[in-house]
This record gives sequence, structure tokens and C-alpha cells, in this order.
Amino acid sequence: MAETLLELDDVHTFIGQHHILQGVTLAVRRDAVTVLLGRNGAGKTTTLRTIVGLLRPARGSVRLEGRPIHGLRPHAIVRRGIGFVPEGQGIFATLTVDENLRVARLGSDAGAPARLARVFELFPDLARFRAARAGTLSGGQKQMLSIARALVNPNRLLLVDEPSKGLAPIVIEHLVEALRAMKAHATVLLVEQNFAMAQALADDFYLIDDGRTVHHGPMAALVADDALKKRYLGI
Amino acid sequence: MRRAAPAALVVGLALLPLAAIEPRVYLTLTIAGLAMGMLIFLVAAGLTLIFGLMDVLNFAHGALFSWGAYAGFTVLVLLNERLGWAEAPSLGLNALLLLAAVAAAMAVGLVLGVVLERVIVRPVYGRHMFQILITLGATIVLEELIRIGWGPNDQVLPVPFTFQGSWDLADVIVLRFPVVAIVLGLVVYGAIALVLRRTRVGLIVRAGVENGEMIQVLGHDIHRYFTGVFAAGSALAGLGGLMWAIFSQSVRPAMGGEQLIFAFIVVIIGGLGSVSGSLLGALIVGLSYNYVAFLLPKAAIGVNMALMVVILLLRPAGLFGSGK
Ligand SMILES: Nc1ncnc2c1ncn2[C@@H]1O[C@H](COP(=O)(O)OP(=O)(O)OP(=O)(O)O)[C@@H](O)[C@H]1O
Ligand SMILES: [Mg+2]
Repeated sequence: MAETLLELDDVHTFIGQHHILQGVTLAVRRDAVTVLLGRNGAGKTTTLRTIVGLLRPARGSVRLEGRPIHGLRPHAIVRRGIGFVPEGQGIFATLTVDENLRVARLGSDAGAPARLARVFELFPDLARFRAARAGTLSGGQKQMLSIARALVNPNRLLLVDEPSKGLAPIVIEHLVEALRAMKAHATVLLVEQNFAMAQALADDFYLIDDGRTVHHGPMAALVADDALKKRYLGI
Repeated sequence: MRRAAPAALVVGLALLPLAAIEPRVYLTLTIAGLAMGMLIFLVAAGLTLIFGLMDVLNFAHGALFSWGAYAGFTVLVLLNERLGWAEAPSLGLNALLLLAAVAAAMAVGLVLGVVLERVIVRPVYGRHMFQILITLGATIVLEELIRIGWGPNDQVLPVPFTFQGSWDLADVIVLRFPVVAIVLGLVVYGAIALVLRRTRVGLIVRAGVENGEMIQVLGHDIHRYFTGVFAAGSALAGLGGLMWAIFSQSVRPAMGGEQLIFAFIVVIIGGLGSVSGSLLGALIVGLSYNYVAFLLPKAAIGVNMALMVVILLLRPAGLFGSGK
């Protein structure tokens, strides 16, 4: 039941000379939504970039279903079933919406058409603007496209970095719905500053501070712990 | 339109010299300029994609140009000495000879490119200073090898008979080989555009040029695509070298270095990573070089530098650059 899908054990990551992650340890339960919280610069994005191999940990291990993936190249890591929605969306602005989705689709298994249909059902705007250049989309639509790219493959794990950044409340509501619908199909590790959004979605939380994971537990426990929230999140 | 303005600029620029040059001379210069532009484009196309995809500054591209020229030159000389294919007044034999030389030039460019990419470029991904030093080093070695293999002096290249001389169309003298070069440049541009626009590999390369990191975390092995782009770009550099050699009817060990300067200007003018930008930039450089060389022979290269500066002031990312 509480089987672990992704596991980081004492991960240390350097960016250039800077020792950014100084001991990140976390376990993401299969089929749960785990949220990674922490103030600006705490190391949340660096943690996700380390998981997908854009940064190499100097120490520690990253395991997916028990098998180590650290040290593999990014393309080999994500091909094990990880969808990555980076901070700032990372869409290809010069390509069309359709091309963004096509470039994301790896192979075409029997489930591919159904997944694409689900994506367009979740984000009708993308169906409407399929032929438009992605650079012309609104901020919310770009975020939807970025999430959609992670959904066109049969991924087991989705890593989503601050999807609500810079978006209007009504758009965030739509995103929450979409992410909730994703829960049925994949495990999610979510980085989110918007506490209401985190609360609405997460089963588990991890707090990261100065490159270290400092607290974790069920989301409900964090919601109830005012002292902890004040200390690490300032709320 | 974002793209219409740069194109209009080229046309405007091309018409400007008509004020100072007699129309018949102007036409001859224009054809020479377009041909020169197309040949520079062959070199710049690879350079711009190699930079666009992996941020690699490849100064060895010029050496591949020289090697392509010498490979094609060797084929031309040998087949002409043994079989007389260059001198024979036969379109079929001449074309066959040209094709054989083209195949040799591209094959040598391709093989050298793959070796360079694997052996010296791959270890210095992401480190510009090392890339400049190591590719300049490779250039020196490759040029020295040419001097050892073929000698240090200029050599005259046997141009196939059909492609020598000119047509006289209503008093306008149209040199034959430049026309061949223009057609070839258009064909190559069309082929690149087709691959980039219509194939999955092209889609991935275009996406990778915009954001190489993202393409990797979408599951694509960027090194594989980069090797492919590097190889194709190297083959085109080899082809450009041969064409330039035929154009100037000679080969020289240092010929690639000079072309590389033009190609870099073109890549910067056109916008790093943009093939269409490179084509336009190459035509601007080729045309302005020829007009100015006619009007003010000493200012020709200086005008290209000045053009680059002006264009960058107006559009810091180049004509078609994304400004990444
Ligand atoms: N390229 C870099 N060079 C040097 N330091 C960096 C670089 N990228 C990130 N850092 C530093 O690493 C630390 C962690 O950054 P990271 O982006 O992981 O934080 P974050 O928790 O995602 O913050 P935010 O909530 O603002 O997105 C920060 O102190 C940041 O300044
Ligand atoms: Mg971040």
C-alpha cells in the first residue's frame, strides 16, 4: 500500500562551486501526491533537476522503484516513466502547440490516442489553439501545455515545479482540478509555494530549508502545525 | 511581419548600387554576389545549427571546408588525368565528374566531422574557452596535414569544360559556374528546410535549438541528434569548400580560415541557430562584398563588418534570432 516509488537518500548537489543540496532525503509513495515546500532558494527546483539528471548528485542516491537512476543521462531517466514540468514551463515558443505535444510523445503504444484525448478534455484551450505558436499562448495556457506534454506518455511519476507561479486565482483553480485528475493516473511530486493549492492536492509533505529536508509527514499534520508553517514558510 | 522586414532589407540593399553601377555590370555583380552568398551559406548552415543545438563554437569548420576542397580537387585531377573527363566537351562526362568530386568532398567532410565531434568536441561540451582552443588546434593540425599531403602552394583546379566560361544573354554576360552554385545553394536550403519542417528528426532539432535542456528531459538523446547535425554540417562545409575551389579555380591550404570569417559574420547577422537567417545573411554578405569590391575595392571586407555592426545594433539577436 505505502510502497515507495521514488526515493532520495542524502542527496548532495553542487552547482559550480556552490554546495546547494546538502542532504535531501525523501520518499514519494506510489499513487500519492507529495508536496515539496520551502522558502525561495531553499533548493526545491534543484532537487527536481537532480532527480531528472540535469544536475548530478555528488553524493547520495536517487532510486526509482528501488533501482538507482542517478548518474544516468536525463533522457534515459525520464524514459523510465517520468514526466517533468519545469519551473517557468519550458515550452518551445517557436513551435506550435501540436508540435510541442508531438515532440513530447515517445513511441505510440495502444493507449496513446486515449491519453491525447484526455489531455484535450482536461485542457480544451489546447485543442482550440493546436495550430498556434506556443509563444502566443497566455501564461495559464502555457502552463497547461507544459503539463499536457507530461501526460502524453504513460508516465508513472510526474514532477511539477510551481505550476501556479504568476497565474490568476481562477486559472489556478483549473490547474488544481487538472492535477487532481492526474492523481488517478500517476504519482505526483509537486513543488508549490501556494499553500492553498498544496493543501488542496497533497497527501504528504516535505519541508526543505537551506538544501536540507527538515520535516515531513502527512499534509494534514502540517496544516494543523502553525509553529512549523510560521518557521519555514512564514505563514 | 517579423520575417518580411529582413527580406525587404536584402532586396532594398541589392537595388541600391544600381544608382552607381551600369545595369549590365550590375547584373554580373549580382550573380557573382548571389553565388558567393550561396557558397558562404553552405558553410554557415552547419555552423549555425551546431551552435544552436549545443552551443558549440566550432572553429574547425573552416578546416573541413579546405579538406572538402582538396578531396574534390584530387578527384577532379585524377579523373581528368586518367580519363580526360574535365576537358571532354561532354555535359554528361562533366556532370559525372562534378558529382564524383562532390561525393568525395562531402564524404571527407562527413567522416572528419564525425571524428572531430566524437574525439575533441564531446569532451568540451558547455565550455566555450576550451572549444575555441581545441577546435583552433584541430584547424592548425588539419591545415598542416594538407600542406604535407598536397604541398604548401596554390594549385590550379581543372574546371569541367561545361561549367567554364559564360553564356551571353542579350549582352549580359552570365558566368556559368556561379549559376550552378546558386542553384545548388537553393537545393541545399530547400533540403534542410524540408528536413527541419517535415520530419520528426527536424522537429526534435528545432525544439533542441530553442531549448536543449528541455529536449533531454522529454526523453531525447541530444548527443545523438547533435552528432547527426555535426556530421551533416561538416559534409556541407566540405561541399562548400569544393564549390569555392571551382568558383576560384584554385585550392590553397588556408582557404578555409578566410571563409570561416565570412561564415561567422553570416551566422551572427542571421541569428544563432536560424538556417533561414543564415541564408539571408549570406546573401547580404555576398552581394555587398561584390558591389563594394567593384566600387571601392579596398573597403569590401570592412563593409561586411560594418553591416554586421549595424544589423546587431538594430536587432541584437540577428535577423531571425530568438535572442536566447
Ligand atoms: N546556476 C546557479 N548558480 C549558482 N547558484 C544557483 C544556481 N541555480 C540556483 N542556485 C542557488 O541554489 C539555491 C537553490 O535554488 P533553487 O532554484 O533550487 O531554489 P527553489 O527552492 O526552487 O527557489 P524558488 O522557490 O525561488 O524557485 C539558491 O540559493 C540559488 O541561488
Ligand atoms: Mg524553484
